[in-house]
Amino acid sequence: MFEILSKEHLNNSVVKMNISAPLVAKKAEPGQFIILRASEDGERIPLTIADYNRELGTVTIIFQTVGASTRALSRKDVGDFIPDFAGPLGHATDCENLKKVAIIGGGVGCAIALPIAKKLYNMGVCVHSVTGFRSSDLVILEDEFSAVSHEHIMVTDDGSRGEKGLVTHALKRLIDAGNEYDAVFAIGPLVMMKFVSALTKEYNIKTIVSMNPIMIDGTGMCGGCRLTVGGETKFACVDGPDFDGHLVDFDEAIDRASMYKDFERQAYEKDCNLFKGVD
Amino acid sequence: MPNMSPKRTPMPTQSPEERCSNFNEVALGYSTEDAINEAKRCLDCKNMPCVSGCPVKIHIPAFIKEVAEGNFEEAYQIIAEASSLPAVCGRVCPQEMQCEGKCVRGIKGESVAIGRLERFVADWHNKTSKEKQKLPTPNGHKVAVIGSGPAGLACAGSLAKKGYDVTIFEALHLAGGVLVYGIPEFRLPKSIVQKEIDGLIELGVKIETNFVIGKLLSIDELMEEHGFEAIFIGSGAGLPKFMNIPGENLKGVYSANEFLTRINLMKAYTPDAKTPIKENHKVAVVGGGNVAMDAARCAKRLGASEVYIVYRRGEDELPARREEVEHAKEEGIIFKLLTNPVRIIPDENGFVKGIECVQMELGEADESGRRKPIEKKDSNFTIDVDCVIMSIGTSPNPLIKSTTEGLETQKWGGIIADSETGLTSRKNVYAGGDAVTGAATVILAMGAGKSAAEAIDKDLSNKQNH
Repeated sequence: MFEILSKEHLNNSVVKMNISAPLVAKKAEPGQFIILRASEDGERIPLTIADYNRELGTVTIIFQTVGASTRALSRKDVGDFIPDFAGPLGHATDCENLKKVAIIGGGVGCAIALPIAKKLYNMGVCVHSVTGFRSSDLVILEDEFSAVSHEHIMVTDDGSRGEKGLVTHALKRLIDAGNEYDAVFAIGPLVMMKFVSALTKEYNIKTIVSMNPIMIDGTGMCGGCRLTVGGETKFACVDGPDFDGHLVDFDEAIDRASMYKDFERQAYEKDCNLFKGVD
Repeated sequence: MPNMSPKRTPMPTQSPEERCSNFNEVALGYSTEDAINEAKRCLDCKNMPCVSGCPVKIHIPAFIKEVAEGNFEEAYQIIAEASSLPAVCGRVCPQEMQCEGKCVRGIKGESVAIGRLERFVADWHNKTSKEKQKLPTPNGHKVAVIGSGPAGLACAGSLAKKGYDVTIFEALHLAGGVLVYGIPEFRLPKSIVQKEIDGLIELGVKIETNFVIGKLLSIDELMEEHGFEAIFIGSGAGLPKFMNIPGENLKGVYSANEFLTRINLMKAYTPDAKTPIKENHKVAVVGGGNVAMDAARCAKRLGASEVYIVYRRGEDELPARREEVEHAKEEGIIFKLLTNPVRIIPDENGFVKGIECVQMELGEADESGRRKPIEKKDSNFTIDVDCVIMSIGTSPNPLIKSTTEGLETQKWGGIIADSETGLTSRKNVYAGGDAVTGAATVILAMGAGKSAAEAIDKDLSNKQNH
């Protein structure tokens, strides 16, 4: 059992938790993920590791309550236990041989982009970051990004905070201003990663994206997380989750991600009705 | 007097109509009377051909003789000498290719139903025996077992009985491996698997779930930092194979592993399941093994009206257990034999709409000894389906190989291990089961786990003497 040591709402729908998982904390690296179950009959939920502290033995997860399972998780409190917490899974993000990078985070994806920014910043790499949100009330991790970036731009779709526009606009401006990036890391909604990759392809800048497809076991057994990368079938859990953004078939990934949309909506609504007046 | 009936005593089963709408066990098991009757069909042959067909060499005529005389506990003890999971193997072994395939009664009639008798004896023991297992004296040696499937359970059980301090590391949240995520409830009730696992815990075996070896700890760390003197890798078959035909990533195409895991491990068939499975109406399962039969029969139970097995060779070449094929047919599964898919067809929303196939004919025998299927020209046709399940095998999980230096593997990924002892290219590291052989059977995996346990014992007890 894995104890929840702290819990914080970063915005209305995004929750941050520190979980006591000493063995996982000892091995975790930016880019890797864990799989947890919030209850004994729960779904296996893959979440990318947002932070870790090897000394304290903690792993930080940041998640958005998008369905019934993440909602059940969000109802847990400090002192509660998570029955299953397995990881670290997948490959760590390759941070070697980089001098200057741009890190693009979209929405809750910022939570996954942050540890990469932090690691690179601490390695002495010049980090420019762009974080994007739909509107001001969804903004998360602003100070944290500023602290590990030599330059940080925040954008919102509606201009209610930071610059008005999309992350791709800000990135294009940075590139056109003469910044030469060894790599761009893009982590966020599939559509965002698709358009960042399309942009950087024009400039021929290596781009790494972190894929988070539907997954069950997360250890290379079910094949549910398969993607087409450079024309080949890859499994996000054991081959990724990082892939070359210029090779990923995003349209297929976007389509596959919608497989259980109806089921998820129904489960979410059922859950909401169940807890009406409770939270 | 031996029972000279050429036919075996029938197995009571749920009727096909009834069982198609539930996940309860199909075969209900022999009554005491059935068992004694069937046991009397055994001729107690002196040369025991059946034993030669058993991968773990159960003394078959001896246990059957006890059954015939009504000494069921004695029969159990004879089986238990050789097999660690009789209630499981009695249900899932391909007996017709093993013990029963060698039975002399099979020459002019039906072979003795050895598997059914094994199951009867194991179930009888589980139901009636109250006796606690004798706890072994600890010998102070620590052994790690990676994976809690049949290979790992058999290895752990054999070692624990000899007094070893055994820890099983399981990546999933539940122990049992393929016995819990793969084989469906209606063929192997999960309570039986749990009972076997509880038995191991009673013997002192520790089980660490959610523990991914190769990620959380490496093989080297287990040995150097955690004091394990020997390691057995039974990590099973891993990544599902696909055919590389167009349309395999459409919505509604599953690997059999995913489909079965959603159903068996995550209980997607229960009304309150948190893990979903899409409602399917017409399903094509590609492949002809036990896993394909399991997937097809699960699809039927989930309410599909038409379920097809699409297999490129003929009926005789189906690798599945005979009984599973028969049960599948009784349940209305449609067999499209000598048929091979060429593409999966999408609807306008990216869901599966159909599967285009081509007819095959059998040519000369290939290296596997089976006749090679060849495409018939211009024989393409389409089956309307909204779900396709690929059940054409798996390739070994890469997690351990990629994090263990010096662990040699075959080109296709299987760990290279000595066929007698299971010893790998790394000292004190053993391996067995599907991780070594590629997808095979429960009993072969169990056999490998057991042989490795013997080899580990020999090695470590020698160490003690020096």
